[in-house]
Amino acid sequence: MKGREETRRTALGLVAAAPLAACAGQRGPNAPLRFWAMGREGEVVQRLIPAFEAANPGLRVEVQQLPWSAAHAKLLTAFAGGDLPDLCQVGNTWLPEFAALGALEPLDARVAASAIVRPADGFEGVWRTNTVDGVLCGVPWYVDTRLLFYRRDLLEKAGHGAAPATWAQWLDAMEAVKSLVGKGAWAALLPLNEPEPLLTLALQQSDPLLRDGGGRGNFQSAGFKRALGFYGDIFRRGLAPPSSSTEIGNLYDEFDRGAFCFYVTGPWNLGEFRRRLPAARQDIWMTAPMPGPDGPGAGIAGGASLVVFQGGGRADPAWRLIEHLATFQAQSRFCALTGDLPARRDVWRGAPLASDLEAAAFRDQLTRVRPTPQVPEWERITLEMQLVAEQMVRGGLPVDAATQEMDRRADGLLEKRRWMLAREGKSAT
Amino acid sequence: MRGERAGWFFVAPALAVIGVFFFLPVAAAFVLSLTDFDIYALANPRNLRFVGLGNYGALLGNPLFWQALGNTLYFVAIGVPLSIAASLGAALLLDSRLARFKGLFRTALFAPVVTTLVAVAVIWRYLLHARYGLIDYGLHAIGLPAIDWLGDPHWAMPAIILFAVWKNFGYNMIIFVAGLQTIPEDLYEAARIDGASALRRFWHVTLPGLAPVVLLVSLLTVAGYLQLFAEPYVMTQGGPGQSTVSVLYFMYEQGFKWWNLGTASAVAFLLFVLMLAVTLIQLAVARRRGVL
Repeated sequence: MKGREETRRTALGLVAAAPLAACAGQRGPNAPLRFWAMGREGEVVQRLIPAFEAANPGLRVEVQQLPWSAAHAKLLTAFAGGDLPDLCQVGNTWLPEFAALGALEPLDARVAASAIVRPADGFEGVWRTNTVDGVLCGVPWYVDTRLLFYRRDLLEKAGHGAAPATWAQWLDAMEAVKSLVGKGAWAALLPLNEPEPLLTLALQQSDPLLRDGGGRGNFQSAGFKRALGFYGDIFRRGLAPPSSSTEIGNLYDEFDRGAFCFYVTGPWNLGEFRRRLPAARQDIWMTAPMPGPDGPGAGIAGGASLVVFQGGGRADPAWRLIEHLATFQAQSRFCALTGDLPARRDVWRGAPLASDLEAAAFRDQLTRVRPTPQVPEWERITLEMQLVAEQMVRGGLPVDAATQEMDRRADGLLEKRRWMLAREGKSAT
Repeated sequence: MRGERAGWFFVAPALAVIGVFFFLPVAAAFVLSLTDFDIYALANPRNLRFVGLGNYGALLGNPLFWQALGNTLYFVAIGVPLSIAASLGAALLLDSRLARFKGLFRTALFAPVVTTLVAVAVIWRYLLHARYGLIDYGLHAIGLPAIDWLGDPHWAMPAIILFAVWKNFGYNMIIFVAGLQTIPEDLYEAARIDGASALRRFWHVTLPGLAPVVLLVSLLTVAGYLQLFAEPYVMTQGGPGQSTVSVLYFMYEQGFKWWNLGTASAVAFLLFVLMLAVTLIQLAVARRRGVL
């Protein structure tokens, strides 16, 4: 129980400190380069630093490891206090926020001149998440998308040899699995507190998720209604349990037991499934790209990027470190150590990824990934979207009423942005 | 007149410190609560708007705020009586003439208060673990089903209450021990001569004697428990299903996760008003009962 006054005072101190930001950032040329990285990546990247320091005499790198849960708040606090590091790992959905703060160094010219960092070697959808309002402000470090993990044996037994590629096939397969496993088990697991499955279905539509330059929600578009209708249908037909992930005991045990056949999740579960399922049971699972409305569909362009913060005066050495971390060798070693998926496609062509059957679906889907709307409010809009979707599934809200409510909430969150856009429009004319 | 001036001169340093470090921030926070300060305003002060009581209105229409308030009141309604009962019980045991090693027990029971909350929260997370936890092991041993304490929306708040009571009861216990020692022994003797049982002596001698202390302790505990933050922050991060989001946790998320400092300041003032109201009600009740 923290004192109310204490918390409030901290907040004000930060606000008061903001104008000092400009002077606090400047440090001597011999000071170590400050690099913040999160979680496991922050731990592993320290092993890649000695080679960089050897190649750049006189330059030292200080890696600060942050826990993911605290990283976002810590970065904003550091911005307010004028104490941002020289470079940093950020989730690529955070980029619009830091771009709106004007904290990110534009990287277009540096990437254009670089022989190492080349967008053509990467995944186009992921690079697009790094371009905010036409300015490139990050370099993909590793990539992420959500797709299907499924029980190969159950699917085969239900009479479907191949993984579904379209929504219709997926629905058929789920129906077949459900009638095979009967009561007490499910065809799919789509936890109601996870927005990614619905978001993936929504990104597969041609309608954008926001309209009016990111000033209003576009959830009442025909495309989103189609996605939400399909999502709701899975629950209405009794193919997935209307529960959140906290209500599921041990996910891996349940999957092994056959409690569900399809699960939409991300690359970290490649390692988890290998670790948590018994060795003799490793052949029961497989991955497949997300089915789309007609043929393999788009996915969320996730992952983390490396950015250079403005105002520290250390952009040149920081960029050299980014280049060092983007080399083929560094990417291979980094991804082998962390289990992350590399942002460079030539790393995918080498061992061990080239022969990794379960990772192949990720490589396939990564060519079709799309960025989520690039407004700072997007993360909160996603949360609201999922809360309404949960009400729809649990409480029987109709699709039309649900999309209307999502738009109402999104418009509320975007009110400030609309005001700013309108003011910019006025000053431009 | 000169004496008055000298008095002001002597309190001036203290007043200046209180003014700069307390009243000024509070006033600034109030002004902040009337604006829509967010990350856009952080980037450029030109993006700051004065919204009057808009933040307060929006909060009262926000279901999550009401849920946070409900969770906090749940925590207070169960946690405060439990905490006071635990501390009074422990104090009575310590005060009993039969008790041995009083110093040792007093220290042991007070120990949780001085431990670091984050460190003991980690240990409690082990104790409450659904599969390997000692508490569920105990439940299992006496034939009760295991409870997923921190994963089940119905049990997460009871788990937090249990932890908070354990962490805090020692403080009130010490106050109660001091209060018990001020009750004259001859009152007990007189009651005993009149043939009053132990229960009746507690009801007619101990409790009335402790009334002012009970009032003090309940004021402090309610005010403290309404500011529930660190326990859910460390143990559950507000989950599962927002069942442990307290008002202060909600404020923290608004302020430091989404950087809506205007809204967060408004939450702080609403909580202040709530605490003031609850305290005034407690005082009114105490006055009617003749404690004050």
